[in-house]
Amino acid sequence: MNSLGSIRRVFAPWNDPAAKPYIVFERVTKTFGGFTAVNDLSLVIYEREFFALLGASGCGKTTLLRMLAGFEEPTSGRILLDGQDMRGIPPYRRPANMMFQSYALFPHMTVEQNIAFGLRQEGLPKPEIEARVADMLKLVKLGQFARRKPHQLSGGQRQRVALARSVAKRPKVLLLDEPLGALDRKLREETQFELMDLQQELGLTFVIVTHDQEEAMTMADRIAVMDKGKVMQVATPAEIYEAPASRFIADFVGSVNMFEGTVERSDEDGASIAGNDGFSIRTSNTGGAARGSSVAFAIRPEKIRVSSKPPEQTAFNAVAGEIYDIAYLGDMTVYHVKLPSGQVVKASALNAARITNDPLTWQDRAWISFDPDAGIVLTS
Amino acid sequence: MAGPRLDLVRSGCRHRTDELEIGDGQRHDRCDARRRRRGPAKPGVTSLYRVDQPPRHRRSVLLEQLGEFGLDNYLWLTEDPLYLNAYVSSVVIAAISTLLALLVGYPIAYGMARAPAALRPILLMLVILPFWTSFLIRVYAWIGILKPEGLLNQLLLGLGLIDVPLVILNTHSAIFIGIVYSYLPFMVLPLYSSLEKMDHSLIEAAQDLGCRPAGAFWKITFPLSLPGVIAGSMLVFIPAVGEFVIPDLLGGSQTLMIGKTLWNEFFANRDWPVSSAVAVILLLLLIVPIMFFQSAQARAREEGR
Repeated sequence: MNSLGSIRRVFAPWNDPAAKPYIVFERVTKTFGGFTAVNDLSLVIYEREFFALLGASGCGKTTLLRMLAGFEEPTSGRILLDGQDMRGIPPYRRPANMMFQSYALFPHMTVEQNIAFGLRQEGLPKPEIEARVADMLKLVKLGQFARRKPHQLSGGQRQRVALARSVAKRPKVLLLDEPLGALDRKLREETQFELMDLQQELGLTFVIVTHDQEEAMTMADRIAVMDKGKVMQVATPAEIYEAPASRFIADFVGSVNMFEGTVERSDEDGASIAGNDGFSIRTSNTGGAARGSSVAFAIRPEKIRVSSKPPEQTAFNAVAGEIYDIAYLGDMTVYHVKLPSGQVVKASALNAARITNDPLTWQDRAWISFDPDAGIVLTS
Repeated sequence: MAGPRLDLVRSGCRHRTDELEIGDGQRHDRCDARRRRRGPAKPGVTSLYRVDQPPRHRRSVLLEQLGEFGLDNYLWLTEDPLYLNAYVSSVVIAAISTLLALLVGYPIAYGMARAPAALRPILLMLVILPFWTSFLIRVYAWIGILKPEGLLNQLLLGLGLIDVPLVILNTHSAIFIGIVYSYLPFMVLPLYSSLEKMDHSLIEAAQDLGCRPAGAFWKITFPLSLPGVIAGSMLVFIPAVGEFVIPDLLGGSQTLMIGKTLWNEFFANRDWPVSSAVAVILLLLLIVPIMFFQSAQARAREEGR
């Protein structure tokens, strides 16, 4: 895993101006009747990238994937794959294979026949098909199930068959539509890492559609967060989480506290914000906000400290409230602290020690505080 | 014994022989041949129905007749080629009609299954609608359509497509048309139900893996609709084999089908022993496809998730 991790950090063609885009969506719009599923969307994906389309249901992410696979044609705009315009090219001639959300395994065929289906369509010689099917079965560890029918397999096994079938043809691009949606949590986590390993091993470009932000964060090199047919932000998981572009992204990805306020001072050292909740915030980044503008200061729960005693200074980035709710999750505890203004702030504390020396309980008076570089200023 | 009376019953046979308007002539002397072969008449199953026996005798007569239970009448069926021909001809006509019904019904069912969901109940209704009219009336209506001066010929003559009226009525074609028309809903409904529940993403998956739409149909859609194909075919084939009304009304006199033969044996010949044998053989003949149908259904249920 470590070696893979280091490869993944080095891999960043989106920062390289010379890198040639592999998949290009150029001002793509798709309407169904009066409903606009994808709205004037432009997006670039690079070769060998693990790219995630993240969004709530109905945001247009699946439509985007289906247009790439060839099941839908864009109403306007164009899609390029490896430099080739995909307009009018039917799905059976596109170098992209899809793994369906329902898996869409052929129920009347065995596992083997399912995997061999695409290879048979290519008209490969029989020994070659057999060899490739055997390879695929080994890859997804389903050798002993080769002659079973899909209905004799568990959900996880079916998912692997679907995966093997879609990569058997060695497509240039693998499209995954909510590939782990039907699996239970533990299996899903395992499979996420397997998918990542597979992508590294095969050197394919993966485009995955998911509504599960954790899944997208775990697997993807970059994430496009979509809403109402538009891309809101395209960035690496860390950027999306730590530097969301807007209130929507900050709220959509992970858990966040937002303090609305007005910028009092903004310079290269940072900004001061008069929070509407009656405490002042100092932050080392300004988010480009001008003096006097009203902004949101967003801060993640794990970056907020909770204590029963007041912090060293209480002039800024600190406020007292009352413990309103406690969620003990084992690895961490999430405190909901109600401020005098009525806003409830979420703060999570890692349970590094088995027994805490500063026990907080319901209705306790508690201080929350954070560092100047812990949050981010959002203008939109 | 009931000798003379039986002779009376048998005499119905001679009657009918005179009335029959049979083209091949082979049936004219059948009754006499049958009587000669059997010698003096033996009581058949028919005599069970005679009510003029004194009550105390009835039980003993029944036992006596049960004791005389034999395969004579079945053997008789093998000696006269008429019966074999009728069975074969019925099975062939039913098989061809079933195939035609499948060819007509599959596109209908496919179209219905692919129609917008809001339209499907209406289409389903249209398929079932003919059942609201009597079967007999619908078959009679086809006489009006198919006869030489009927609607079809008038239309084709009017359009100038033909110069001489087509002879359809009283031919095998008319029987095929009649059976396909009458039993089409039994073909369409099972096909529709198996096509409708099919996941469309399977077709997309096949295309995604490099299969053209026509190939996807033969490799995915058709094999998955096989339970419907088998169910529909059996629902058409089984009643079509024993069909009596359609060949009688549309097929004319030269059509040989077992349903018609059976009717003649029962009501024209009044030879109940032989007609019972004909019916039992027909039943046995149909049990095979019915069992096939049942096992196919069971398998489909087992495989269904």
